[in-house]
Amino acid sequence: MNRRRTGFGVVAVAAVAFGYLVSRQDWWAAALTRLFPSLPQAVFPSATVADLVTQHLQIVGVSSAITLVVGLPLGIWVTRPSGQEFRELVAATVDFGQTFPPVAVLALMMPLLGLGLAPAIVALSLYGLFPVVSNTVAGLEAVPPAVLDAARGMGMGKWRILFTVELPLAARVIMAGIRTSVIINIGTATVAAATGAGGLGSPIYSGINLQNGAWVLEGAVAAALLAILADSVLAQVERAVAPVA
Amino acid sequence: MIRLENVTKRYGETTAVQGLSLEVAAGEVCVLIGPSGCGKTTTLRMINRLIEPTSGRIVVNDHDVTEQSPEQLRRGLGYVIQSVGLFPHLTVADNIVTVPRLLGWDRARMEARGTGLLALVGLDPAEYAGKYPRQLSGGEAQRVGVARALAADPPVLLMDEPFGAVDPLTRERLQAEFARIQRELHKTVVFVTHDVDEAIRLADRIAVMRDGRLQQYDTPEEILDHPANKFVHDFMGADRALKRLGRVRVDSVMRADVPVMAEERSADAVAERAACSESRFVYLVDGDHRLEGWFDCRALVSGASAESAITTVDWREVSVHPDTSLKEALSRMLGLGFRSISVVDATGVLLGIVGLADIEETMTDSDAHISMAPVGLGAAGEAEA
Repeated sequence: MNRRRTGFGVVAVAAVAFGYLVSRQDWWAAALTRLFPSLPQAVFPSATVADLVTQHLQIVGVSSAITLVVGLPLGIWVTRPSGQEFRELVAATVDFGQTFPPVAVLALMMPLLGLGLAPAIVALSLYGLFPVVSNTVAGLEAVPPAVLDAARGMGMGKWRILFTVELPLAARVIMAGIRTSVIINIGTATVAAATGAGGLGSPIYSGINLQNGAWVLEGAVAAALLAILADSVLAQVERAVAPVA
Repeated sequence: MIRLENVTKRYGETTAVQGLSLEVAAGEVCVLIGPSGCGKTTTLRMINRLIEPTSGRIVVNDHDVTEQSPEQLRRGLGYVIQSVGLFPHLTVADNIVTVPRLLGWDRARMEARGTGLLALVGLDPAEYAGKYPRQLSGGEAQRVGVARALAADPPVLLMDEPFGAVDPLTRERLQAEFARIQRELHKTVVFVTHDVDEAIRLADRIAVMRDGRLQQYDTPEEILDHPANKFVHDFMGADRALKRLGRVRVDSVMRADVPVMAEERSADAVAERAACSESRFVYLVDGDHRLEGWFDCRALVSGASAESAITTVDWREVSVHPDTSLKEALSRMLGLGFRSISVVDATGVLLGIVGLADIEETMTDSDAHISMAPVGLGAAGEAEA
């Protein structure tokens, strides 16, 4: 219990430090100018780092939320008797969703959904589905059959078994899937800039186009720090939902 | 109390249970026994509708089991399985009150019930209530499993090889505990096992099954003495006289008039006491009458020193409890190389002794029964086969 609380404390401090670092536009400008003295404009001019991080978090938040809302019920459904036959189909589909490059999804979605946030959200949601669905299935299938037999034999209904036995026991594995999905999403969300959705991909894309290494570095470093922070936050959540180890 | 009427279960082409009719009276232990695949577990699981019969009717407490929803029905039928199936994420106390929680008992009542049940199954509530299942040994886990099945005080217990996965010593203890609890609570029990000794020890009636059909349904004594056919005869085993000892508790034949010495532990004093004793051994006990050893009078006769005739022992290693079966006592004796064994209570207080002669007497009695049994069936059956 104490270790859990300490873990959350450390993560909270890291989050505050990250927020402060992001808000200090002057630090970024100073550091990038020193690293790239030859460039006339070493810091991305169109938006502050803080704004870019905020946009990025919105893209990741919305697409990850959709991934969860779709992925969790899907994973649960294919482990129920009613969805068992669709298991292979769903597994193949989410597998395909992850092997299909998000940039290609963006390109395919643009004629349908136009520019901006929508095609990026669709591409990222699909891309993150695989770890969520496969870990949900794996977690639920790892629940010992004897436990389920006992639960049924004592008169628990199927919904009660799902919510009070199966999901709590599978929570850690499912949470690990969510964590993987979100971390992948933070990195991949930089492609959203290709459709003009903004986020930390913007300085990277502009930097590549205008051969400005400083902008690329600015976006990449901020995205990497964000991913590390999100990873440790979710690691804490994962530990908190897990049954006593 | 429980009545199966012409119950059949088919899976496609195969028939798991064929036209089974069986009645278990209230407060009785009915043991379903047979080789694997004989349909005993299927039968048990049809009673609480974990499996629905293809045809036939099952009645519990005068109500057809299909009158209620399966969930409602199961909350009134305690269920214990071999692999226990405790919820790993809940404490022992929370595991035990699973059914009371489903029934909406208040917290205080559930807590009291959990404590009471832990004590009933022989686990210290203070120590065990807060533990998690993975901290328990196999035997402890199954005790908790039994406590959980008893939680809402169901009149019926369904037990599927409950003691099948523990070591022989623990199994022996769990069987004795179960017999004690059953004497106290008088549940109607359907108990599945493939262990003949377990069946003989615990059953009021045994249902022997083979290939989905009931072969014989009777008291253990009747089944041992008058097997209905060659299958039952062979399944119960050749050592039926020995098996019968599994039905007899040590305290029913134990002799309580044992020469003991509590004080005056000097060898000479003991020797003096022994001289006027008729039996070969004089038992040495402490102030609380706890067994500490014995004095062998025969050693004295043969001229050995009084000291060398004294054997000091740890009572845990050389004694049995009053509810031990004679079969177990006999096997302990043979194992220890003794001709008699002391009977002590849980704290080591000497209650009496049981000798080989006492057991022989019991065996001779049952031999008499068995010699009258139609063993001729064996020869006829073999000729047929």
